[in-house]
Amino acid sequence: MARAFHWLLPHPYLTLLLAVVWVILQNDVSAGMVVFGIILGIIIPRGTSIWWPDTPKGFRLSKMFSYSIMVLWDILVANVQVAWIVLTVPNSKLKPAWIVVPLDLRKPEAITILAGTITLTPGTVSADLSDAGHSLLVHVLHTDDPDAVRDEIKTRYELRLKEIFS
Amino acid sequence: MTAEIVGTYLVALCLLIGAGFVIVGVIGLLKFNDPMTRLHAPTKVGTMGIGMLLLASMIHSVLLGEASMHELLIMAFLFVTAPISAHFIAKVAIHGRTCETPPPPLKDDTWSTLKVSEADQEIERLP
Repeated sequence: MARAFHWLLPHPYLTLLLAVVWVILQNDVSAGMVVFGIILGIIIPRGTSIWWPDTPKGFRLSKMFSYSIMVLWDILVANVQVAWIVLTVPNSKLKPAWIVVPLDLRKPEAITILAGTITLTPGTVSADLSDAGHSLLVHVLHTDDPDAVRDEIKTRYELRLKEIFS
Repeated sequence: MTAEIVGTYLVALCLLIGAGFVIVGVIGLLKFNDPMTRLHAPTKVGTMGIGMLLLASMIHSVLLGEASMHELLIMAFLFVTAPISAHFIAKVAIHGRTCETPPPPLKDDTWSTLKVSEADQEIERLP
């Protein structure tokens, strides 16, 4: 039974996501659209499962939700800060910096989300990963204290992602 | 005041905020003078600007009585793809040495962009 389930739904979350995206795309929450969305959500992951051999395990959807809300808020706050920097700090006084963030996360999915979060929050861009994936290179637009930015990334985002992907 | 008037004001407010952030992004793009700092202004402020414009569009569609959720999808795709383009521009800047050389990583040998395999060493030396 479990194997049949795994054969039919190799990626349950992807199935759910595809169904939701289909319903939003049609802009029509009716039974027909939901069923068709679920059919798509079964066919597409099944047909492409050769290219996704591993299913990420131990993913906590509820914590991911609160994490997304926090990131959205951070984007809002940081956008205002960056707008302020753009408008008021002259080029000669701008202090851009490279920051090396040592990574405790090992899962590729978790590192991808961390890098994406860093890039989306204005003022920081994740630029590169070291060759064995133990540190992340981050570029900061304007900072007086690069170490504080690194510590904030580690405590604010990485710790939470570690809980989500535990 | 009816809900319609409040909604119209909300739409106008969202459009103004969105347009404001977009113009700040453009100013940043023109003002800064090296690729890495330039990268910051449009990829970020743009996300917020477009987000507010899409929010205005959503409120407007609700006001018209036919709520549209397409904007949520646009926002989701934008938020997923924006870091990737920024990442690639950063990689090009590092690889082309058009920015300050980044400090070495803590544990590993080098950054993956700067690690060039034996077979590609010749191409790497080309101007």
